Amino acid sequence: MIDLVAILLIFVGLFFFLSGSIGLLRLPDLFTRLHALAKADNVGLACVAVGVVLLEASLLASLKILLIWLLIMAASSVSSHLIARDALRREQADD
Amino acid sequence: MIDLLWLMVDALLVTLLLILGWITCASTDIKRGITLFTAFGLLLALIWARLRAPDLALAEAVIGAGISGALLLRAINDHKPLGSSTPQRSAWMTWSINLMALALFCVMSWSMWLTLDQVDSTRLSQLVLSQLDDSGVSNPVTAVLLNFRAYDTLLELAVVLTAVLAILALSPMRSAFQPAGVLLTGMLRWLVPVLIVSAGYLLWVGAHAPGGAFQAGAMLAAAMILLHQGGYHSGSGLNLMLLRVLLVIGIALFVGIGLVMMLLNQSFLDYSPGWAGLLILVIETAATVSIAAALTLAFVGGRPDGWEPVTDSSNPSNSAEFNS
Amino acid sequence: MISQQLLYAIAGIGLFTIGLRATLLHQQLLPRLLSLNVCGAGVFLTFIAIAYQGPDAVADPVPHALVLTGIVVAVSALAMAVALGRRLRMLDDE
Repeated sequence: MIDLVAILLIFVGLFFFLSGSIGLLRLPDLFTRLHALAKADNVGLACVAVGVVLLEASLLASLKILLIWLLIMAASSVSSHLIARDALRREQADD
Repeated sequence: MIDLLWLMVDALLVTLLLILGWITCASTDIKRGITLFTAFGLLLALIWARLRAPDLALAEAVIGAGISGALLLRAINDHKPLGSSTPQRSAWMTWSINLMALALFCVMSWSMWLTLDQVDSTRLSQLVLSQLDDSGVSNPVTAVLLNFRAYDTLLELAVVLTAVLAILALSPMRSAFQPAGVLLTGMLRWLVPVLIVSAGYLLWVGAHAPGGAFQAGAMLAAAMILLHQGGYHSGSGLNLMLLRVLLVIGIALFVGIGLVMMLLNQSFLDYSPGWAGLLILVIETAATVSIAAALTLAFVGGRPDGWEPVTDSSNPSNSAEFNS
Repeated sequence: MISQQLLYAIAGIGLFTIGLRATLLHQQLLPRLLSLNVCGAGVFLTFIAIAYQGPDAVADPVPHALVLTGIVVAVSALAMAVALGRRLRMLDDE
């Protein structure tokens, strides 16, 4: 039963990853692309992480997965911020 | 059924890898090429994990995807094409290169096809696994690196040191970045300690699980590179003597322990069995520090302020300055 | 098991030739370095494919150690090539 929930969660996560990737490819400009990527990937990663934790019984491994999740969240938010800020500055410089 | 499923996963991974490799090589925009190269490194790390090589997956994720990418991105500004008229290969040349590559691929694949099932690759691994108990560590890769084939690792540290010495001799350090904004500084403030702790963990865990000196050293270097990019730049306040010690301590300790073992056991780097685990840990710790220092200097691209080369060997004042 | 070994080994050879071809075709330093690294990755992949002994067996650790060494040497060589290129550029500017 738990396994089933876990696999379901992982597939939901993969769906979010897929939609994020499609957004990255299809959306018109940098800001909307960042938006799609950050939203979809964070949710997708959360689902996959929870799914893997459910599959993995040991506490230590679960804590490691939690740490990885936190690190990726921090890295992705900061890098989105940096990319967006840089792009904004360039636009202002162009005007 | 499961086998077929795995084979499909493998085929997907390989196809993606080949496509990424191709467009990395073919991209004309260098920034795009480097980004693709980073993705290529990450995919390769995934493949190492799939091929049951977790040590490599760790190293590739930190070095192949992380540090190489950062190094190349930092180098973009040095390498703006010299003028717009870059020479192109002639059509004849291009075709002969293509033909040669194709022929090479066919011959090598054919010989791989013929020989793969005749290679008895289990012999060496059984030898390693049967001797593992005497090596002082239980991770076979660490045992090979630091015990059975310690010469290779020693010489590798020498190669890294030589490369860094060449970099130090070639040019001064790159100029510093602007101090980072609030958000990046805030992240660095807790990310760098986490990275340092992870490096220590990798170093320690390398004795019995995937990890070890190279991964730990690369991770420390990654922490240093992040600090550098966040604008923490200690070009002038750097303790140069300490830096020199850090650079050579890995190889010096390695050779020193090897020589001591030569006095005790007649042969270079032949550890006494009871001491092997401890000695390996000591060597790995020193190697971690050296690799981290080397990769950091490689990233900043040259010697720090105050580390001036001897410009004129006939002038004694210069060499005195260098030695002080 | 042999099919996966063969798949990855041939992919490694493919990467090697892709990288080699691009290394010879490119005229500028950085694209050339990128291609050379792809080429090296192909060699590593072939090594590790041969070391792979199926999903249930422990893979051969000797090629793993060699490739681990190779990755670190490759990044040192890359750094040195970048530094050489930078020096050449500085000399050109003078």
